[in-house]
Amino acid sequence: MKRELIHLENIAKSFGSLLVLDEIDLTIYESEFITLLGPSGCGKTTMLRIIGGFESPDTGRVIFDGKDITKLPPNKRPVNTVFQRYSLFSHMNVEENIAFGPKIAGKPADYIQDKVKYALRLVNLDGYEKHDVTKLSGGQQQRIAIARAVVNEPKVLLLDEPLSALDLKLRRNMRRELVRINKETGITFIFVTHDQEEALSMSDRVVVMNQGYIQQVGTPENVYNEPENAFVADFIGDSNIIDGVMVRDKVVRIFGREYPCVDSGFPAECPVDVQIRPEDIKLAAPAEGAFNGVVTRVVFWGMSYDINVEADGFEWLIQSTTGRTVGEEVSLYVAPENIQIMSKPQSEDEEVAQDV
Amino acid sequence: MFNRGVRNILLTPFLIWAGLFIFIPLVCIVWYGVTDYDGNFSLANLGLAFKHGYIDALKLSIVLALISTVICLLLAYPLCLILTERQRDNTTIISLLFILPLWMNSLLSTMAWQTILEGNGIINQLMRLLSLPDLQLINTPGAIVLGMVYNYLPYMVLPLYISLTKIDRRILEAARDLGANSWQTFTKIILPLSIPGAISGITMVFIPALTTFVISALLGGGKLLLIGNIIEQEFTFQYDWHVGCALSVILMVFIVLNMLLTAAFERKEEEP
Repeated sequence: MKRELIHLENIAKSFGSLLVLDEIDLTIYESEFITLLGPSGCGKTTMLRIIGGFESPDTGRVIFDGKDITKLPPNKRPVNTVFQRYSLFSHMNVEENIAFGPKIAGKPADYIQDKVKYALRLVNLDGYEKHDVTKLSGGQQQRIAIARAVVNEPKVLLLDEPLSALDLKLRRNMRRELVRINKETGITFIFVTHDQEEALSMSDRVVVMNQGYIQQVGTPENVYNEPENAFVADFIGDSNIIDGVMVRDKVVRIFGREYPCVDSGFPAECPVDVQIRPEDIKLAAPAEGAFNGVVTRVVFWGMSYDINVEADGFEWLIQSTTGRTVGEEVSLYVAPENIQIMSKPQSEDEEVAQDV
Repeated sequence: MFNRGVRNILLTPFLIWAGLFIFIPLVCIVWYGVTDYDGNFSLANLGLAFKHGYIDALKLSIVLALISTVICLLLAYPLCLILTERQRDNTTIISLLFILPLWMNSLLSTMAWQTILEGNGIINQLMRLLSLPDLQLINTPGAIVLGMVYNYLPYMVLPLYISLTKIDRRILEAARDLGANSWQTFTKIILPLSIPGAISGITMVFIPALTTFVISALLGGGKLLLIGNIIEQEFTFQYDWHVGCALSVILMVFIVLNMLLTAAFERKEEEP
């Protein structure tokens, strides 16, 4: 059984009249890799800063290991942060940067030396002790920032979009590295990103946020395959989101046609959002599938094609490994288990306020 | 940005200026400094600088310039620290407090200090009103230091303020995150990162303070002679250009020393 480490209790935060976080309740477990995912301005960074102690919430409490740490300053918290732009100390070399925390903590010199060595090995930069941090590449600087944080043996490592400044290849590498360090050290990782690919590929659990509210918490598979609302469906991966009406259990009406699905429990004639992933749509010869349409656009991505098909006045997005030509007449087919039914928000507010 | 030809054309006016008005005069000063009245090479005038009277003025100049520089640093640093701490954009306050005084003629402000400090000046009149004994304020080293600090403080504030605002706030958060309290953040992060600004502030205060003759003439009353005053006298009363130039050369050595020191520090900052 996983042990609860951090509990955020009914947290709200405003900057002036701007509400950035509201009704935040979240439990974070020991040693897990949890990602706060959302578009910019969704409050994910503020949430991280509240855990780090750089912001204090207007209401609510931060419970750490059973103790209320809401009022504790950053230097007294058992957490360390890896900042977005690394924030290394430019007037110190690699060794001095990493040794900063242990030195402040008053650790003995030989202990610090061992620890620095260990931290550098952990981030694959053995022998870089005397290097000038400003002369390192972005990826190396990021590794040093990680080493500088983990050397303090924090219970929790906060990572604020640490990979956003790196190029694609390096980013992929660092993703694997971070997961490895998480498993190797057992430190709880709280990772903030707006990149859904990053979130899905690294995390044990993903917290999807929008406009200051938590939209859904779940495993990567969970939030991808069973999004709880249109925002999550749209934000994570590509989606076709269609207005539909639930006819009865396991039957949904879209574009005037009744179609089998696997969801039940909605009231009859209840308006719903219907989500279909582009890779779940199969293209067939005209009249063979459920909807007839015309190909309007084809984009080749290397591994697959993005194909737009217009049918019943709706622009469908389809991902396929085989290409099509613009103007071609096709029909679409979706397996019932690939149709995800989501309840529609009752009002404008509820679109963001939907509870987990 | 520009190709070679364009660059040369753009540089030419300044090079002509520098050659005519900086390089040639410099050569003349050095030439006069190392020759005697018959035009023969001689180090006698340079040696004179280390004789009684001259060396005292040089020592006093260095001591007073150093004291003024330290006072400027001690006044400016906490102020700049607070200005950068409170909010990021204090450009208006900075310009009001520190650029505006620069618009005031420095001769005028020094003369104002004269009327405040002198025997029958404002301070002593106040002392008499309160039935307190008169104070000897004018014609003291303290008066000269006061004049220097008053005139040169802005040159300390500006580079310091700029270097402190350049420190990324997130670096300070990183230090806090790693366990440093406010004092440790200051001594280990802010202070070392502001050294380049302090160094250029020190240079910009020390050099004019070392060479001034106006402040010492007005607030030292001709009794306390700085090296600047001696040089002035050599030219205007003694008409001894050789001694005057020799003393200028000696002064230049100190200025160059100061600049070398600054450059060394800055290089160390850039590539440790």
